[in-house]
Amino acid sequence: MESKAIIAEGLTKRFGAFTAVDHISFDVSGGEIFGFLGANGAGKTTAMRMLCGLSRPSEGRAAVAGHDVGRASERVKRSIGYMSQRFSLYEDLTVGENLRLFGGIYGMKDAEIARKSDEMLARLGFAAERRTRVGELPLGWKQKLAFSVAIFHEPKVVFLDEPTGGVDPATRRRFWELIYDAAERGITVFVTTHYMDEAEYCDRVSVMVDGRIEALDAPRALRARLGAETMDDVFRLLARKASRSSD
Amino acid sequence: MAIIQAEHLTKRYKRTVALDDLNFAVEQGELYGIIGPDGAGKTTLMRILATLLKPDAGTARMAELDVVNDYKAIRDIIGYMPGRFALYQDLTVEENLRFFASVFGTTVEENYHLVADIYRHIEPFKKRRAGRLSGGMKQKLALCCALIHKPRVLLLDEPTTGIDPVSRHELWDMLARLRQEGISVVATTPYMDEAARCDRIALMLGGRFMDVDTPQGIAARYPGHIWAVRADGMRRLAADLRSFGGTASAFSFGDAYHVTPAEGTAPGELRRHLEARGHTHISIEETQPTVEDCFMWLAKKTEDGK
Amino acid sequence: MKQFASFVVKEFTQVLRDGRTLFILLAIPIIQVLVLGYAIITEVNNAEIAVFDPSRDDETQAIKERFAASRYFDIARELTQSADIDAVFRSGNISMVVVFADGFAEGLKDGSGASVQLVADGTDPNRAAILTGYARGVLASWQAERMQTAGVPLRIGVDTHMLYNPQGKSAYNFVPGVLGLVLMLICTMMTSIAIVREKETGSMELLLASPMKPLCIILAKITPYFLLSVVNLLTVLAIAVFVMDVPVRGSLGWLFAASALFIVVALALGLLISSVVNSQMNAMLVSGLGMMMPILFFSGLLFPVESIPDALQWISYIIPARWFIDIARKIMIEGTGVEHFAKELGIIALMAAVLLAVAIKKFKVRLE
Repeated sequence: MESKAIIAEGLTKRFGAFTAVDHISFDVSGGEIFGFLGANGAGKTTAMRMLCGLSRPSEGRAAVAGHDVGRASERVKRSIGYMSQRFSLYEDLTVGENLRLFGGIYGMKDAEIARKSDEMLARLGFAAERRTRVGELPLGWKQKLAFSVAIFHEPKVVFLDEPTGGVDPATRRRFWELIYDAAERGITVFVTTHYMDEAEYCDRVSVMVDGRIEALDAPRALRARLGAETMDDVFRLLARKASRSSD
Repeated sequence: MAIIQAEHLTKRYKRTVALDDLNFAVEQGELYGIIGPDGAGKTTLMRILATLLKPDAGTARMAELDVVNDYKAIRDIIGYMPGRFALYQDLTVEENLRFFASVFGTTVEENYHLVADIYRHIEPFKKRRAGRLSGGMKQKLALCCALIHKPRVLLLDEPTTGIDPVSRHELWDMLARLRQEGISVVATTPYMDEAARCDRIALMLGGRFMDVDTPQGIAARYPGHIWAVRADGMRRLAADLRSFGGTASAFSFGDAYHVTPAEGTAPGELRRHLEARGHTHISIEETQPTVEDCFMWLAKKTEDGK
Repeated sequence: MKQFASFVVKEFTQVLRDGRTLFILLAIPIIQVLVLGYAIITEVNNAEIAVFDPSRDDETQAIKERFAASRYFDIARELTQSADIDAVFRSGNISMVVVFADGFAEGLKDGSGASVQLVADGTDPNRAAILTGYARGVLASWQAERMQTAGVPLRIGVDTHMLYNPQGKSAYNFVPGVLGLVLMLICTMMTSIAIVREKETGSMELLLASPMKPLCIILAKITPYFLLSVVNLLTVLAIAVFVMDVPVRGSLGWLFAASALFIVVALALGLLISSVVNSQMNAMLVSGLGMMMPILFFSGLLFPVESIPDALQWISYIIPARWFIDIARKIMIEGTGVEHFAKELGIIALMAAVLLAVAIKKFKVRLE
């Protein structure tokens, strides 16, 4: 059907008289790391919910991994992974139990779960922690594990909602190396962040202002176009135009 | 004169040590930043200073008052903003501000000049319930509520976490102006780039301050040089930078890699190493260490020292 | 004082703004009274009764036929000795025994009077009251007809005896019970939830770090719920009196005084709960189950306290609602004066003082 991992065409969400997401159009290629930036209240969360099949668009359409988010939301959910800073893993279950649970949720076979668990824990260097409760792990480990769980079932697209909030700088960078690995394997990464240096690590970024996409390009091109030195400046130049500051 | 003086401050939770024999002083009228990731002990420290927790050992004094014994007197002179949004979500912006003014035995009118500058941003939404404000607006309202009684010391626990860069800049601008009013401000943050906005910063990890100084002072202590390295195909660059024998450390920093070369390594050697691996458009320039570079170096030193 | 006033205003604003809470606060008590009230007063049809008739004359025979013909009663057993009365109740099914006096017909004729005793199962006072009421009706109509044929006044003495519930508590028993239940539930649950919510959302952290005195926080927090409880007290009483015709025979003033004390006990319990639990869910569970179950079991609401085994009776002594329900019952149903419930009132006052002191002492001035 579609060769692009994500396609949005005039995607709109209204809540009563309020238009949270206002006709946004963009596409993301397979294996691309796509940064989704925007001020608080610009409509990022609402847009992301629609793309994950959790909320029906009021207007326009979007396809994720070839499935329409409005009509085939169940198929969309099966082909994506999701991780947020707030919730990802069950803290009172062990690492192994979490893997079995999430593998099961996505309909993976036991043998496959076992094989992939071994592989993944070895790659992360967590093999010794299989029986450790997730709640006892340091934050940086939890985040890496949460990301690995989000892509455990080899989704076509993974959505990351502020995945690195609060972690120390070195761990944050190691986390991004995991993101690169996933992208290398062909997984499309859709990520939001408040760390502007991380925007620089994306192939392309979009900046949302007042429900619309104000700019979309490679970080380097955006900086050049706006005559800005850093992505932080880019963001501020664009977001300053915002007229609404609340959602 | 130090407005806050902490000596041997220690706090444990079961197995973890949240604060490990902390000693520091905050000067009167200073904007003091405590910078560190989640779990560094920032919130525990702020709660002890706000008289909400007792230390297991050590003392902390604020304006010559002890945080344990004189907690009532301290509560009169501090403004405290907890890490998560703690105002009443079901009350409006205006109702929240009036309520907290009266909690501190004052009125909004009396100290309006203090918050006017910040309140201006949220005033258009004053009839809106606090729970329906965006993240940045919530923090501005919380700051207003913490300020409305003209505290001598303002304690802000992660005021900028989870809010967008524009609001973050605005909040720091506001804090800078408060310092001019003579209010001492202690703020914590996980964002290293905010360090530059403080008079002095403490880099915190594992319940300890790894270093305390002005941002410039901390950067000046970085041992050695930093090269900003760029090339086409940045993702491929990381592995090749690390395979280079003369690299002490290499971390991504926005659009470049910050490479700390081992002593006596010349930029030309690195360029040749990269060229041999097929990199093009290589640029290697000497750059100033940032607070984040220092944090990672200090963190590694601490870890190696264990 | 300004602090206190604005805190109370804030609390009311929050309560009024939250439709769900307001509904729980105001509608639930009304629903409880109505449901419990009407569920208990049920119509009785074909109740199985027994008869003990040592007299065995024409008159008693006629009365028995009347009972048998009534749609309310079925004579299931005829007893041969008075000692069987107790046993027949224990065997179940039988809800009333009609006991004729020896020499019933003679007493009727010589004018000295004949007597009938209605023995009912007092463990269900509502049903017992209804049955004896019907039985009196059967006897009265027979007496009226019999007088017309005899042409002379006939005297029948009817004596009602409640077995297992000798004081013969009436069908209105549930009203004081529901009053106790409602006040306890609303005050305790709402207070604990309201305080724990401040902990959960983090606003308590702000209040503690402010110069507001803990006592001021506590008082400001419980004042709105005290006032709402008074509103509840009034609505429940109004429904009881005007809708369900429950009398208030004694002093209304003392009833309010006792209720006020009991509300303070409930508020203090709510405070105590809020200092040990950390989530609204737990506050609800502890105050809901922890407070309601004992009240239902031990306060005489479901069954008379007298019929509870001794060991459990001791437990009932520490349950404030038990004492309050006793007082309310004495004032409303029995219409007794203060001298008859001074002890209970004293106990509640003591509980209020102790619980409030402990709750204030336990209130944490820090986060740990």
